[in-house]
Amino acid sequence: MRKGSIVALLGIGLVAGGVATAVALIPTWLPVDASRQAGRIDFTFWFVIAICIALFAVVAAAMIYSVVTFRAAPDDLEDGPPIHGHTGLEIAWTAIPFVLVTAIAIVCGVVLARNDAEGANPLHINVQAQQFAWTFSYPDAGNATSPVLRLPINRTVVLDMRSLDVIHAFFVPEFRENEDIVPGMVTHLVITPDRLGTYPLICNELCGLGHGLMRTQAIVMSDKAYDTWVAHQKAQPTTASSG
Amino acid sequence: MRKLLLGPGWVRAAWMFVAFGGIGLGIVAGLRYAAGWYPILLEEPVVLISALVAAPIGFLAGLGAFDYWTNYVLGKPTPEHEDHSGHGAKSWKDYFRVNTDHKVIGVQYLVTTVIFFLIGGMLALLVRAELAKPQTNYFGPQTYNSLFSVHASLMIFLFIIPAFAGLANFVVPLMLGAADMAFPRLNALSFWLLPIAGVMMVSSFIVGAFAGGWTGYATLNSTHQPIGAIFFNQGVQWAGASSIMTALNFLVTIITMRAPGMTFWRMPLLVWANFTTSLLVVIATPFIAGSQFFSMFDHVMHTAFFTPVGGGYPLGYQHIFWFYSHPAVYIMMLPGFGIMSEVISVFSRKPIFGYRLMALSLMAIVVLGFSVWAHHMFTSGMSNWLRDPMMITTLLIAIPTGIKIFSWLATMWEGKLHFNTPMLFALGFLSMFVIGGLSGVMLGAVPIDVHVTDTYFVVAHLHYVLFGGSVFTIFAGIYYWFPKMTGRMYDERLGKLHFWLTFVGFNLTFFPMHILGTEGMIRRVENYPSRFESLNMFISIASFGLGCSVLVFLYNMITSWRFGEPAPANPWRAMTLEWQVSSPPPTFNFDEIPQVVGSPYEYGVVGAQHAILAPSKAPELEEVPV
Repeated sequence: MRKGSIVALLGIGLVAGGVATAVALIPTWLPVDASRQAGRIDFTFWFVIAICIALFAVVAAAMIYSVVTFRAAPDDLEDGPPIHGHTGLEIAWTAIPFVLVTAIAIVCGVVLARNDAEGANPLHINVQAQQFAWTFSYPDAGNATSPVLRLPINRTVVLDMRSLDVIHAFFVPEFRENEDIVPGMVTHLVITPDRLGTYPLICNELCGLGHGLMRTQAIVMSDKAYDTWVAHQKAQPTTASSG
Repeated sequence: MRKLLLGPGWVRAAWMFVAFGGIGLGIVAGLRYAAGWYPILLEEPVVLISALVAAPIGFLAGLGAFDYWTNYVLGKPTPEHEDHSGHGAKSWKDYFRVNTDHKVIGVQYLVTTVIFFLIGGMLALLVRAELAKPQTNYFGPQTYNSLFSVHASLMIFLFIIPAFAGLANFVVPLMLGAADMAFPRLNALSFWLLPIAGVMMVSSFIVGAFAGGWTGYATLNSTHQPIGAIFFNQGVQWAGASSIMTALNFLVTIITMRAPGMTFWRMPLLVWANFTTSLLVVIATPFIAGSQFFSMFDHVMHTAFFTPVGGGYPLGYQHIFWFYSHPAVYIMMLPGFGIMSEVISVFSRKPIFGYRLMALSLMAIVVLGFSVWAHHMFTSGMSNWLRDPMMITTLLIAIPTGIKIFSWLATMWEGKLHFNTPMLFALGFLSMFVIGGLSGVMLGAVPIDVHVTDTYFVVAHLHYVLFGGSVFTIFAGIYYWFPKMTGRMYDERLGKLHFWLTFVGFNLTFFPMHILGTEGMIRRVENYPSRFESLNMFISIASFGLGCSVLVFLYNMITSWRFGEPAPANPWRAMTLEWQVSSPPPTFNFDEIPQVVGSPYEYGVVGAQHAILAPSKAPELEEVPV
């Protein structure tokens, strides 16, 4: 390979990588992150994106360079050089992707293990999904129920989720958490909210005609506000409701 | 008159369709009456047995798909040797009967699948029309959910999978140097199952179409859906049976009907691709058949395979379904890989780079493809530990796929590139499939998947893989073999226009969906938060542009088929066998069975030959494309 072509390849690769990086950085890709798990998931996201941009740049450079350089005139009936393969190259493009996907798998494995860790003394909340409504109940607050999910900030919460009819799914984009709720089973999610606010909580598994309306909110409250709410619920257990 | 009514054909098909439907109705009514179950004509069993099982069998029998076998069973005279009475096409009418010629069947497949592609595409445009504005606009949830469910089912079961089967039907026997497929009558039958499946899925709109998504998850689809759900269950059976029969046919053809000298390591990669695809189909398709039968039994007979109340297991459906439907992704990719290898090698005028590794990576995808199904279920509630091995296999399958992409790039390197329409679509495929592959790696990484599951990120990914991937290769294949199939050249300028409209329209439509998905817009909902409005409006406008590009394709195909310039035998100067016979090929393909003497990709090798066609012409080396 000539020196000029290496420079040209590198140039195209850098431009392609630059364009891809701009696409990755300029639009807002992810909503705000409101849980500790979200931070780790975002890290994974950008880690994999970086690898993807590099691979995209390599492929784009080779392709654009070929299209520009090796274009034949329509009346050029000659064939190209009979190159049948190159063992070194073939080993390289088997081995390098192997290393990259291994790195991705390790990062993901670690993130998953950390995100699933419940820690000591998590707060358990029951989630009940049905066509087309959510009910959250709090064993710690005298089984008070609420149509919105209230969470204290910076405390690890384990959701124990049950469905009364078909499969639903719990999804709060700001928590980056998503898990199906399957009839006949109890599924779990671990969330440690770390940003005060009100976030949309949506059903993310087609569950029937009202699926699009099966939405509520997750409210992350300060410890104090949460404790006040719990105390309020305990005080009137019979009329326990949203409060 | 007697011949018209009793002989095989559309008249007999019509009355036998009605008669068999009546017999089915009678069986249900009789059994229910005998058992004392009321009402006697309960809608679900009647529709299932009469309309979805018996009537289509009557249609096939009337058309003549079973004539040879029924004669044989009844002891009537059958020709001891095939008399080829059902072979070949002399007029357009021959395309509307049970024809045993693999070339006619290939064209039947392609025309049928393009029709369903148009229907499926129009459903997609209706989906985009609804999504242009955030609130519910034109369709309620039931109609909207049906639109995307039927769209997906048609595109997968009636377009991509059978379109590849159609291309391969035409090309594979020719490439092998064979006169036809191994089982021509089975081949004819497997084609005619297909329109039945398609009509079934489309006509479900009449009774309340299935609206649970093409994945048809239990328990929503098995217990909570209108009767259209069983149209889907049963439509999948017909399409699946067609798929299995064709795959068996390909396997036997490829193993037993190779011309002398055509060793496995001399087969064109398209043949390798269809060999591996057929392995996937034969092993995997029975699983979706099982899942749909169980789901339908839950619906019609109130069994509890997937209903927890009766002891069923809803996730069981998903495991069985994806045990087929992930390999199905490769059933929709590998034949396209084969087309790419042919097109890129021929239009680069170079041997395919790393031929053996290309074939081996197909085999690797087959093996690994069976070990990744649960990556569709990372958030399904299955055991958490199962996510890690499924993630690892999913990431590993990127390696053989990457090998193929790098090898195609290396094939182009230092070649003499000619940018005819098939090559443009091949390059479009390469760039789009890289993006789809990389978003696939992101989805394979569980923590990312947990966030974007069931959002528009997945919709974007699957369209980059199945449209930017599979559909682009189908277009490449149709343009590439159009001269061979029709004997006429397509219009190159219109072909290029079609490519650019599709390429630009495709990216404008589907790329922004990645952003919608990571921001948290979920799929399968007709209303959405208004902050996603501007991007959705943009996507909808782009999608209508993409829809218009298909008109250019149709116009080109129809006018070129009728009025195009007559095609030479080998317009692309290719070495594989199908280009060494006339365009279109003679009824039995080869006057004499060719003798294969070398690789099919020896471009640039002086004096190299893939095959010797007629012994007398062998020494004249100047006839060999150099």
